[in-house]
This record gives sequence, C-alpha cells and structure tokens, in this order.
Amino acid sequence: MSGRHGIQKSRWLPAYVTVYLAFLYLPILLLPIFSFNNAASTTFPLAGFTTKWYASLWGNSAMLDAARNSLIVGVTVSILSTGLAICAARAITRYRFRGQQAATGLLMAPLFLPEIIVAVSLLMIVLQIGIELSLATVILGQTVFCLPYALSVLISGFEGFDRSLEEASLDLGETAFGTFRRVTLPVVAPAIISSLLVSFTISLDEFILAFFLSGTEPTLPVYIWGQLRFAAKLPSVLALGSLMIALSVILLTTAEILRRRAERRMQAQGAVHG
Amino acid sequence: MADKPMIEIDAVSRYYGIYKALDDVSLDISAGEFFSLLGPSGCGKTTLLRSIAGFDTPTAGDIRIDGQSAIGVPPNRRPTNMVFQNYAIFPHLNVEENVAYGLKRLKLGAEEERQRVGKALEQVRLSALGKRKAHELSGGQRQRVALARALVMRPKVLLLDEPLSALDKKLREEMQVELRSLQKAVGITFVLVTHDQYEALAMSDRIAVMFGGRIAQVATPKEIYQHPLTRQVADFLGGMNFMTAKITGENGINLSVETARFGKVTLTKPRGFTASNGQATIGIRPERLRVLWDDAKAECEVQGQVVDRHYFGEITHLIVDVPGLEKPLSVSETNNFGADDIPVGAPIRLAYDPDALVALAD
Repeated sequence: MSGRHGIQKSRWLPAYVTVYLAFLYLPILLLPIFSFNNAASTTFPLAGFTTKWYASLWGNSAMLDAARNSLIVGVTVSILSTGLAICAARAITRYRFRGQQAATGLLMAPLFLPEIIVAVSLLMIVLQIGIELSLATVILGQTVFCLPYALSVLISGFEGFDRSLEEASLDLGETAFGTFRRVTLPVVAPAIISSLLVSFTISLDEFILAFFLSGTEPTLPVYIWGQLRFAAKLPSVLALGSLMIALSVILLTTAEILRRRAERRMQAQGAVHG
Repeated sequence: MADKPMIEIDAVSRYYGIYKALDDVSLDISAGEFFSLLGPSGCGKTTLLRSIAGFDTPTAGDIRIDGQSAIGVPPNRRPTNMVFQNYAIFPHLNVEENVAYGLKRLKLGAEEERQRVGKALEQVRLSALGKRKAHELSGGQRQRVALARALVMRPKVLLLDEPLSALDKKLREEMQVELRSLQKAVGITFVLVTHDQYEALAMSDRIAVMFGGRIAQVATPKEIYQHPLTRQVADFLGGMNFMTAKITGENGINLSVETARFGKVTLTKPRGFTASNGQATIGIRPERLRVLWDDAKAECEVQGQVVDRHYFGEITHLIVDVPGLEKPLSVSETNNFGADDIPVGAPIRLAYDPDALVALAD
C-alpha cells in the first residue's frame, strides 16, 4: 500500500487498533456494567439497573476489614518505598560512584523477576526466621516489589534537578536547610507525590505477595480471590472491583499529571533558548 | 576607580589531586570595576570565580572581599551574588518570586520588598513579566531574571559565569551593551568569566587572561590586544602573524631586533622575556597590514603574492606569501576598496606601521 509518500496508512490499521483496544478494555468495561445489573448471574440480557450490590458492600464487615488492611498496607508501603527510593534516586542522579550501574540494576531487578518466585522465597525466609505472617510481612514484601517503580518515577523526576538551583539559593543568602525547604523539596515534590501514588496503586492491586504473606488478615485482592468460590457473591465482588478500578485510574492519572508537571519544570530549568 | 581593592586574590592555589586548577594566582580587582577572567576551558577561570563566591575553597592562599578574608565563609554569608551559566531560575516560582527570593530572609517588610523587586525588574526591563514562570521565558529573559535576582540583594560584587554563552549571537551582542551600561548605572564591581575574547574586550575595564591555572596578563582591553605579553595571549585574542627575529640589542626596557622583511626595529621588551638562541618571537596583527593600491607609497612596506582569500562580508582575509618569511602573512582588509576582488596569485604590496610590531615572550 505504499504510495507517493512512502508509507501510507493501511486500511487494516484502524481495524487492528479497534480489535486490540476491545480485547484490552471490554472485559474491564463489563465489570461496572454487571455491577449495576439487577441479577445474580453475569449474563446478557441485562435485567435492569440497581445499586444494591454497592449498598451490600457497606454491610459486609469482612470486606471492610480487608479494605482497611489494604489501606494500611498501601499507605505504609508507598511511604516506605518512596522514602527508600528518594535516597537511592538522589544518590544515582547526583553522584558518580563505583558500582553505580550494578546498584541501579539490582534495585530495578524486582521488576523483571517472576513475582511468584519472589513471593515464595520471601515466604521461606520469613518462615525460617520464625516471623508470624501478618500485614507487616505483606508490607515488607510489597515494599521490595514497589521500590523499582518508585525509583523509576523519582529518577526521572530528579534527573533534571540542577545542582546550581541549590547553589543559587545559598548564594542568595539562604541556609542549607532553608534551601532544602524552599527549593529542593518544592521542585521535586511532584515527583515524590507521583511516586507515592504509583506505589499505593500497585500495593492496592497486588495479589501474589499479599496471598503468600498475609496470614489471617487478607488485603482486598486476597479477599476477592476468596469470594470467587461463591457464585452468589460475584455481583458484589464486581461492584468492589469497579470501585478499585475507579480509584486506581484516578490515582494513576493524578500521578501522571504530577510527573509531567515535574518534567516540564525540569525542562524549563534546563533548556535555554534565545 | 577607588584605591582600595574590592577583591584581593592573594597567592591562591587550588589542587585537585596533582592537577593544579589554580596555581599561585594573585590579583586585585578595584571597587566599581568591570573585570573579566578570560581563557580557554579548563584554564581555572571558573574555579577562581567559584572561589570568590564560596562554592570552591582554595587549597592555599587568601581571598579578601572588601578587606575581609572570605576563607571559611559560606556563600550565603558573602557580600557577593552570582549569575549562573544556566541562570538557575527557580522553576516553581514566578519572576517576582524569583527576584524576591533572597530578600525574604532580610525581613524587610512587604512594602520595601515590593519596591526593591519592582526596581530590580525595571533595571532589567522585565516589569511586564513579573507573573511569568520560568518555562514561559526566553533565554534572554531568563538571564535578566537571574541578573535582577542577584542585583536586588545589592551585593558588593556581582559574579557572572559565562552569562551570555547560552544566547544566540545577536542577543549576545545586545546583552553585552546592556550589561555594560547596567554595570555603569549600579556601580557594583562585576567579575565576568568568559571564553569569548570579543565579549571580554567589549565589556571590561580590565581583563585577566588565564592559561593552565595561571594568569598570563592583566591589562585594559586595548593594552591586552595591542601589547600582548606572550605568544599565547596574542594568539587567544584574535589573529596574529608570528615571526622569528634576530636580537641585535637588549636592555632592561627595550629589545632591538632584525627581521627578514620588516627590517630593524626596537620594541618594548615584554615582562618575563627570555631570549632563546639570540632570537625573539615578534608579531603583527592582520588588520595592521594594509593593502597598497596601484603606485601608492608607504614608509614601510613588504611585498608578496596572494595565495588564498577568505571572504567575510565586511572584510576579506588575504593570505600573502612573502619570500624570506617562514609562514605566509594573514592580512585582514576592509572591503571598501575592493580587497575581495584581488585575485589569488596577484602580486601585492602591504604597508605597516613599525609601532604595530610587538615582541612576545613564550
């Protein structure tokens, strides 16, 4: 189909894109549709609109406990992994040191390791040491798992941070601490918030580590997995799932907006045009 | 210019391991002076500037600012402010907030702070852009913000680290004029670091030319251009035709030499001159050689043949082979009289003023 302009748009391309996107998003779209469907079975035709599945969630104490567990784990994991990643990202972007590449590689490695293997090995270690499985062990495992995500967000946020900004602040009479408060922190704040949100979202959706390490206190994904055995519970699981998708989308969109804002600031700071 | 120097650089050295970034540099800069540190990259000029600002600490020696030793004084407690090479505009603040940044700590009160910010923005002609963020500014505007942000602190010394290098040529030339008149208006000592000799010549009261961590010469722009002390300085500041000459006489002040084509001349002996094998290097700037047209006569002339020609718009560079000289002469002639039409291969006569010849130390 190549014409005068070299590559011409194939007429198959729109069809391919449509099929691709449908395959990706239709199943997810079914979730909210059936969560508002007034029937216990997830089959077409739809049986009318209802919000009773959502209402039923509020009376479900096991679900609320799982939600509370997920919140505790998510907040702790996001703070821990972001905190650790701030230190690592600053070291990687600011200094040149021996073994820098290797250190960065090792920190990013959990991204590429099969999660189930990581989960099994963590479980073995935890059991060897003799620690009780609890939310703490889930937090431990997920922090390791979230660190590379937090790190990649923060490295891209810190990379453009110019040392001369801090020097300029000192030069204008500000102290080292004042410089951190008035320049360093505000400039990198969007990247830090973005990293917190990304880590929280990953923790919220994470199943394998939570399943292996959570003991008697399930997080939401583990709870959902448990509920799937009961066909009658399926619609309320769909309602719960829809809420989690909505929350994830909101959090990740916010994170991305903040990340772009941080990037724009850095570019404004770095590039100079006549 | 005041008698007491504003900045005294006293035998300052800075070593990084065995590498000498600054090697026993001494220098006085007067109050109200526009002073330039000029040299190629790696010559130590930026290290010296950063030592004055407090971002670098000399390995040895003393730096006094307004009579006070600055060694051990952190940058935030020095009476200096800096314009950074990339301007370092705070990206999360707008123009006014950037300019007011240093004033916040002085606790001046809202009204005085506002007035000082307003005046500083006026000085750099940015009053209309006070609410803009850094990413909404052009390079030239950012530079003005950096200037206003530093000047609003009323420093005793303003340090400028290659402030024009990021701008395109036309804007750079405009800013040279503007920086110069701004400096005259505020009367603050300016210390400028640059690798651009035209920038240094156009703006400075005095220039220090640096090579390899040492100062080769400190003088006014005119002096440094017309009477460079060393071959390196002469070469760095514009073109120069170098020749070897035989020394026929030497005393404390003067050097008499005889050259193959420029005859016998007596020149001022440069400081630090040592003869090698009874020979000296002398030089003449390309624009001090003028083309003699038709049968025009001159007191001093050399004859040669045009071997190459380079056209530069308002001027033409002629490369003239002169028998008896080791290298062809480079001649820079304005195009008013048709120097751009002289054909390659044509015989040519060149006039010069013996005063244009300089003796150079190595």
